[in-house]
Amino acid sequence: MRGNVPACTVKVPGTLQEALEVLAQEPGLWRPLAGGTDLMVPFAAGRLADTHFLSLQRLDDLRGIETDPGGITFGALVTYTDLRRHPYVQRHLPNLVQSAKVTGAVAIQNRGTLGGNLVNGSPAADSPPSLLAYAAQVELTGLGGSRWVPVEAFFTGYKQTVMAPFELLTRIRVPEPDAGFHFYRKVGTRAAQAVAKVCLAAYARVEAGIVRECRIGLGSVAPVPIRARAAEAAILGRALDALPVAAARAALMADISPIDDIRSTAHYRRTVAGNVLVQALSELVDWVNIQS
Amino acid sequence: MKNEGIGISVPRREGREKLTGAALYVADQIWPGRIYGATVRSRVAHGRILGIRFAEGIPWSEFTIVTAKDIEAMGWFNRVESIEPDQPFLAGEFINHAEEPILLLAHPDRHLLERARRAVTVEVEELPAVLDLDQSLACRQAVGGRDNLFKEIRIEKGDPDGVWATAAHVVEGEYRTGAQEQLYIETNGMSAEVTQGEDGPGVTVRGSLQCPYYVHTALTQLFHLPGPRVRVLQMDTGGAFGGKEDYPSIIAGHAAMLAWKAGGPVTIVYDREEDMACTTKRHPSRSRLRTAFDAEGRLLAMESDFLLDAGAYCTLSPVVLSRGAIHALGAYRCPNVRIHARAVATNSPPNGAFRGFGAPQSLFAMERHMDIAAARMGLDPVTLRRRNLLKKGDLMATGQIVTEDLDLEGLMDRALADLGYPHKRAAFARHNAGPGMVKKGVGFSVFMHGCGFTGSGELHLASVTGVRTRADGRVEVLAASTEMGQGKETVFTQIVSEALGIPNELVSMGGVDTREVPNSGPTVASRSTMVVGRLVADAATGLKQMLMDQGFLRDGGPEGWREAVQRAHAQSGGMTCFSQYQQPANLVWDDVHYRGDAYPTYAWACYAVELSVDTVTWEVKVEDFVARQEVGRVINPILAAGQVEGGVTQGLGWALWEKVETAQGRMVNNQMTNYIVATAQDLPRIRVRFEENNPYALGPGGAKGLGELPMDGPAPAVLAALQDALGLLELREVPVTPERLLEAVEADHG
Amino acid sequence: MDEGRMQLELTVNGVRRAVPVLPMARLLDVIREDLGLPGTKEGCGEGECGACSVIMDGKLVNSCLVPAVQAQGSELLTIEGLAQGGTLHGLQQAFLACNGAQCGFCTPGMVLASVDLLNRCAHPSEPEIREGLAGNICRCTGYVKIVEAVQAAAGTVRP
Repeated sequence: MRGNVPACTVKVPGTLQEALEVLAQEPGLWRPLAGGTDLMVPFAAGRLADTHFLSLQRLDDLRGIETDPGGITFGALVTYTDLRRHPYVQRHLPNLVQSAKVTGAVAIQNRGTLGGNLVNGSPAADSPPSLLAYAAQVELTGLGGSRWVPVEAFFTGYKQTVMAPFELLTRIRVPEPDAGFHFYRKVGTRAAQAVAKVCLAAYARVEAGIVRECRIGLGSVAPVPIRARAAEAAILGRALDALPVAAARAALMADISPIDDIRSTAHYRRTVAGNVLVQALSELVDWVNIQS
Repeated sequence: MKNEGIGISVPRREGREKLTGAALYVADQIWPGRIYGATVRSRVAHGRILGIRFAEGIPWSEFTIVTAKDIEAMGWFNRVESIEPDQPFLAGEFINHAEEPILLLAHPDRHLLERARRAVTVEVEELPAVLDLDQSLACRQAVGGRDNLFKEIRIEKGDPDGVWATAAHVVEGEYRTGAQEQLYIETNGMSAEVTQGEDGPGVTVRGSLQCPYYVHTALTQLFHLPGPRVRVLQMDTGGAFGGKEDYPSIIAGHAAMLAWKAGGPVTIVYDREEDMACTTKRHPSRSRLRTAFDAEGRLLAMESDFLLDAGAYCTLSPVVLSRGAIHALGAYRCPNVRIHARAVATNSPPNGAFRGFGAPQSLFAMERHMDIAAARMGLDPVTLRRRNLLKKGDLMATGQIVTEDLDLEGLMDRALADLGYPHKRAAFARHNAGPGMVKKGVGFSVFMHGCGFTGSGELHLASVTGVRTRADGRVEVLAASTEMGQGKETVFTQIVSEALGIPNELVSMGGVDTREVPNSGPTVASRSTMVVGRLVADAATGLKQMLMDQGFLRDGGPEGWREAVQRAHAQSGGMTCFSQYQQPANLVWDDVHYRGDAYPTYAWACYAVELSVDTVTWEVKVEDFVARQEVGRVINPILAAGQVEGGVTQGLGWALWEKVETAQGRMVNNQMTNYIVATAQDLPRIRVRFEENNPYALGPGGAKGLGELPMDGPAPAVLAALQDALGLLELREVPVTPERLLEAVEADHG
Repeated sequence: MDEGRMQLELTVNGVRRAVPVLPMARLLDVIREDLGLPGTKEGCGEGECGACSVIMDGKLVNSCLVPAVQAQGSELLTIEGLAQGGTLHGLQQAFLACNGAQCGFCTPGMVLASVDLLNRCAHPSEPEIREGLAGNICRCTGYVKIVEAVQAAAGTVRP
């Protein structure tokens, strides 16, 4: 344990208002602390410079899950276990169930939060690809008010987001997708407790044999979680019996920019991302055939 | 009376405390006034230390500090000797590997200690480092040993050179294996205190270790203390697998030096990052094999160039090399053999013992080679084995005659039947020809593992055990063997129960404390049951004889045993019978020419695996695994199965997931996030089968050694199965990560 | 109270405890040192190995990743709290009978993960068992006898 524990101060606000006041007074000083499953790792290794923490543990308002006719809104402190178990999520957002299920293992899922995962900003995070495929939005709140940002616009660089130092991520909203095809695959270093090497989530809506909607989210293949816009464009509006698979794969290569790192190689990531996309398209065709 | 002797799965006597949190590991022992120790280590692989600077802002006067200069000033001996006295406890002038220890610090406040550790700067003139086998062999720069060679072994039989030109088939290949981290879940740790006795100061250490007497020797040498003034106690040890064979001597020396200077007890416990970066690993290897076969695929000649990367200091490398060299021919008959084995120095942290100890490396190469050769010759790999597996009367590579009535073919057939190998091979061939993205394959390996120390090792160890009476009528086993998960206490108890015809409850295990137990040798080399267990049995029967001779025990039956022991103990003040290892007369070993009886006996095995490969991601899933072995006699079936299951899992990890990534001579994936070992979701049930066809006459109940055998089989079996699934010939290296598999497939198709 | 410390109040193994701790101390260290319960182990310090697992407010967590401040008012179950009097919990008995523990270091966390699993799912399938224990790394056993122990205990253990 190499963290400088004695030098640390923690504030535990009882309300969101209190929390935002702290951040407003000394922006950039206070590091928001949700479940701790991300921050405690570098902290214990002595690699986290922060010494002032704003623990969100009492902000029960941020733990709720509310459904409405248009979709579902998660409080930022919703855990992966909460996500996995929620009937609406199971029914309408299977990719979020899958991404929660492959995050760490049970003990991590019990403590890790969706908001914390987003704010940590890792390109290898398991949930953002699902959120991208579902066109989710996040709410950032400061004392002055809130703003909604599409997840796609939330990440600006490696572990960097548009969230300002005086803001907290308070809610995540996912519009209810129409009946459609869902696909999620994480390629990790092992079956559990794994960081993703490639992660792909997709949602598609098909009508009269034509792809009407298509969103593909990817992780671990760029500095940020991304939407594969070029690959989507290659598929959108195409007939299912004439899907340009090779073109889609080639287009995907333009969307991604994987690197060699401690876990994998750029070549592997590029190849496997393409393979997983092809797998998804193949399953899409199968799914449509089964529907009809 | 319930049978609790040999062959029964009695529940572990050590089990309950591990299940209730009562077992005490070194980090659990809270001493009053405890001081923590930390180590400042080198960041570079090779360099000259110019100076050590202590930054401002730390109350340095509160700290205990030890450097190489202090060791010299105290008149201590700055060398840890496993085989050669080349490794310093603390680097003095030169740094020879990354993470080499340079300076020790101690303080009661753990957080301040860490800040202080970071505030020490070692000024180094960085020097070029030798980081791979070829650089080491080229020897343009000396790292260690003589011309970078720590040990060289030649095993020769017959004359291979007379064969190459005329043989029907000659096959060559190069095979590589990577380093592997033992990853015991409990990291290394030691606690030390200085004691004041009538004769002068002494040192007592307690910690996580496999070999108390290795630590004892290291400390007597470090401090120039006579044996009785050094005391080493083993605490509960959370796994070791060889990784706590020699390294504990270093950490014990560190803790003890700090304790000496501090005047109080010091505990050093490594965190995972430090442990992975600085402690020993399995030796990386390179084998170049050439084999000649006749037209029917019978081996005519075998030549091996076997290289191990020893790291910067000699440590145990000569012995690892020895075992690797002796196993290089595998379980085959071959009249002409030339094995040239070398352990060479590089500027890496020294490598050391890990279950298997050189044999997994050389057996991997030979088994892989046989599969590749089979394919080249158009022979079924099973058929190739049939034509070459050892039988009674055959000579092994060192000229050792197989005296057992071996049925390796039968063992192989039974293992293959267990897996369903024959019909699955056919079924998968059909499946793989189809369009599915998942390909399936089966593979197997046949191998052996020499039990006990090589050659004259046991003779030199001259191990001693004892069994003594206790006032409560129990008998107590005195041995230095350490329990680290394998169930040693239970197995020894069963052996004594069997020897004396008494229940387990009347057998007690002496704590592993060098003040109390004799030196029965290290807990390594698959020797504890077979060699030490036998000595324990002999000491027990010897004690019984003493009781009878002195009239305490009438007819030798179990009734009245306890009372007899109580009487004997009360009247004599305690009786102990010791037993010392005697080299069997028929074992003849020539250490110079490496000829003769390399091991007293061997365990034999065939392992078979079924796996699937997802060609979308190139991930390999182990679907089924059968481990069938002939081990002489199984003392405790459930414990023995546990050993195989764990060993197979480590072998699978070595084959598929466990890759040590290094940069500038330092492990960079030294976190459990990035060094990948199997979780429960990564494995199937491992199916274990034991055969007891060839009991070893000198082992307790006929038992051979078992602990390391399971490490040897999985890797070549996995690669054979990958070859079966994907039609690849060119897999010659482990681990086969998905990245490497993708490259191999592309190279094969390209 | 020392400067910077907070009074941590929680229920541990059914007993109300209060200890002064630094707020960013790891719950793991609080359990082992301040609460005097060394059965919970540190294997990696990164939330990968699960040796530090405890059950907090009815849920399995890695105590090395929980800052002490966030354990305020919680209910903890550690390995020391499983056996009642001298009687082992059904899972402990099953581990003993099936040889589910070898070196014992992963065992406290593994047993608690098993308790958590059976609390959530009384008769788990083998894949469910393996998923429930996937966050607890064992280096000794290959998990075979751990799975067998959980299967043996399932149905005989009351949540």
